[in-house]
Amino acid sequence: MIAAALRLRGLLVKEVTQVRRDPSSLLIAFLLPLVLLLINGFSITLDARAVRLAVVIDAPTAPTQDLFQAMAASPYLAPILVATTADGARLIASGSARGMLVVRQDFAETLLRPQRWPAHLGLQVSGTDPNTARLVEGYVAGALQTWLSSHALENRLLATPAATLEHRYWFNAELRSSNSIIPGMIAFVMSMTGTLLTALVVAREWERGTMESMLASPARMAELIAAKLVVYFGLGMISMLEAVLVGTLVFAVPFRDGILPLLAAAALFLLFALALGLFISTLVRNQFLASQLAFLVTMLPAMMLSGMLFDIASMPPWLQWLTYLFPARYLVSILQTLFLAGSVNAVLLPNLAALAISATVAVAATLAVTRRRLD
Amino acid sequence: MTEPVAPLATIAGLRHRFPGARHAAPQTALDGIDTTILPGMITGVVGPDGAGKTTLLRLLAGLLRPTAGQIAVFGLDLADHAATVHDRIGYMPQRFGLYEDLTVAGNIQLHADLHAMPSAIRVPRISMLLAATGLAPFTDRLAGKLSGGMKQKLGLVCALLARPKLLLLDEPSVGVDPASRRELWAIVAHMLAEGLADGMGVVWATAYLDEAERCGRVLLLHEGRLLADDTPEAIMAPMRDRVFLLDVPPGQRRAAVRLAASVAGVADASVQGDHLRIVLRPGAALPDPSALGGSHLSPAAPRLEDGFIDRLGTVAPTPIPAPATRPVAQGPAIEVAHLVRRFGDFLAVDDVSFSVARGEIFGLLGPNGAGKSTIFRMLCGLLRPSAGRAQVAGGDLIREPAAARARLGYMAQRFSLYGELTARENLRFFARVYGLSRAAQQAAVAAALADFDLADSADQVAGDLPLGVKQRLALAASLLHAPDILFLDEPTSGVDPLARRAFWARIGTLAEAGVTVLVTSHFMDEAEYCDRLAIVSSGRLIATGTPADLRGRVRSDAMPNPTLEDAFIALVGADLRARAA
Repeated sequence: MIAAALRLRGLLVKEVTQVRRDPSSLLIAFLLPLVLLLINGFSITLDARAVRLAVVIDAPTAPTQDLFQAMAASPYLAPILVATTADGARLIASGSARGMLVVRQDFAETLLRPQRWPAHLGLQVSGTDPNTARLVEGYVAGALQTWLSSHALENRLLATPAATLEHRYWFNAELRSSNSIIPGMIAFVMSMTGTLLTALVVAREWERGTMESMLASPARMAELIAAKLVVYFGLGMISMLEAVLVGTLVFAVPFRDGILPLLAAAALFLLFALALGLFISTLVRNQFLASQLAFLVTMLPAMMLSGMLFDIASMPPWLQWLTYLFPARYLVSILQTLFLAGSVNAVLLPNLAALAISATVAVAATLAVTRRRLD
Repeated sequence: MTEPVAPLATIAGLRHRFPGARHAAPQTALDGIDTTILPGMITGVVGPDGAGKTTLLRLLAGLLRPTAGQIAVFGLDLADHAATVHDRIGYMPQRFGLYEDLTVAGNIQLHADLHAMPSAIRVPRISMLLAATGLAPFTDRLAGKLSGGMKQKLGLVCALLARPKLLLLDEPSVGVDPASRRELWAIVAHMLAEGLADGMGVVWATAYLDEAERCGRVLLLHEGRLLADDTPEAIMAPMRDRVFLLDVPPGQRRAAVRLAASVAGVADASVQGDHLRIVLRPGAALPDPSALGGSHLSPAAPRLEDGFIDRLGTVAPTPIPAPATRPVAQGPAIEVAHLVRRFGDFLAVDDVSFSVARGEIFGLLGPNGAGKSTIFRMLCGLLRPSAGRAQVAGGDLIREPAAARARLGYMAQRFSLYGELTARENLRFFARVYGLSRAAQQAAVAAALADFDLADSADQVAGDLPLGVKQRLALAASLLHAPDILFLDEPTSGVDPLARRAFWARIGTLAEAGVTVLVTSHFMDEAEYCDRLAIVSSGRLIATGTPADLRGRVRSDAMPNPTLEDAFIALVGADLRARAA
């Protein structure tokens, strides 16, 4: 027992010293998450802001001028006045505008006598990106609605509508996509840095020939693995906290509730990611190959199959089943809940259980592939 | 030593094969090994690269599971008890297994912790080992910043820490300078004497036959088989009265080698300094010295290498065709004056001057890191000198490197062959690279395959060829364009003695034909084949002369018959002392 404690102490001292002297693990632990979060957090956004919209007004009058101002007042739209529909089409074709609003000659007239003929506006939207197209349509309709009701009130043309729909979005009242993406990004960053941290270390020992002398020493394989897990676990938890701070401070994502479940989820997931890295490293014994594999098995599933970008519920059933194999989905689910909804045990507990199982499997698999021999 | 001692390890019917990489067939590394490792002595595991030395040591350390047969260490079968015996085995792998980003003390403490040594035992043991190895002043230095010789000592300290009963050292002396090599031997011998009461034994793998001669017992491995398992004396015994030195007039040694090799009764002839070393076949009568082209035959002590060659079952060395002599231009082939090369603040080559005559074999001798390779690279035009002048084959390397390079042949240390191409394809490739015309390419490749005895291996993938054949192929490739000057970088390190003899015989005939040969080496054996040598130490040329000259310089009453290695150690040591003063 004392012997095991001594061996573990020796291995821990060695790992800590190596981490301190080796800038690459510190870079992976602290710089990589920061860079990934900042780049992806700013670039991946599902909102459209200040969409450029060509506006053709056949006969400028006071009401059409007023309508244009209303469009310009919307934070989501940036209207550009053009002379003809042909000019507008050119802007759309060149990508300078997302759509074109056409205000016909008779707009002002029909607006005054809506009973006879409804006022008519034409909206053409570039369908190259269907998601943005739907957003543009919504923004224009919204801006128009706002303008119409104020216009009607001013001119006493219509009484206040009999009923209006008042809607609220739960959990993310402003519908900011960063509120849902950043928690997912944290999971993505954690799975990459966690796996990458350890994917290199065992392979490095093989490449430098130190593994051979460890294998010939009385150290047990479990002790060797444990020492690495403990040290890199510490690094990984710090980098996790760094990611949470960046999310809340830089991207202003609210954190509702539940520090304890956050730590528990992070710890379990980190254990899984670190063990996966060790597993890869032990298997391939080559730093280059190990880092390639680590990227492949963490980045793709964490991006595509975790629910961070794409809603799992709208995937085909076979793909939904596949997502259960990648623990990133459990973490994404937990993080999105904690950040946006707070501690909802019905979501947290099953996901935490799934993470615990993943971590156990990964550690067991690593121990199973680490043998005391060179062959 | 009247009672039989219990062996430390017993090996019975051992066979080990590695599954073939990619689509290659499985490689048999060891076959039919039966032996015992005894306490109280250094057992040498001796053989060329690829003989199976490392595999045998790893099997003894329990790091590999044998394909067939049993290994018992301390009477316990390794198949079941590997973990139990690890505590009493000290193992130093070939690359020392040190953590380069840990300090000397850090590495030692790690191993002490792994062996769970209580501090009452640990502290005195560590200070004793540090004192014995002279590492005490360097405990705070990072292991990665140590010299080769010091890394080797640190590896040894780590392996010796827990008083192992069985110490396994895998080629501890590869790549370190001769002085460090001797020092290491002395330390291990000292530790063995100290551990004698514990029944300690050492297994020392080496390709150096001079080290093997000092072992208590030698396991001679060749291509995975045990060629001999005996004391060095017993291995050399059949060679008694069969080894002679022949005095030959200077300048005729190489012709004499060819002549001697053709005389019936001569098993082996090689150049040694200013003599010819003749080994006779068993029972052969003493030949007439004049028939061998010399004046006087004097008996010489056999060496382990002679016993090795004898057991390899020497066939008469294949006569090497003498190449056509080429017109020899006047003036030196290589002329170097005040050559300097700096890397930042570091002076890698410091005011080096020498010249090499045409048809001469010139050796640059020095430990790793002395600056040999830097000089070499400048002469090949691969590196620009910081100052000084270098003329090769009459061309100025600095002003017209391409023209000078076309007259050079270069054989790199690791042979730089394409492992996936066949021997023939490698030759074709190099012929094209040297810019030979299509017809000349075909002629040169055909001639190379015939002259270098490569016809049988022409269509084998170079990566699968034995080391000796690879070496011949690399030499053939470097000579395709009939260069005037041949550069050889550690050409025979790791190949077996037969292949080495044959190689140098070829180099000798080339030199006779007027090719100038420049060799770098840290192997003293290779130096013996040179006409002249320059000893390089810390970037400076500290001595130049024939092998006989250099030996003569250090001859004294204490050392009446110095070897080239003695001379090397003495000259380098004197230079270091002079600089320190």
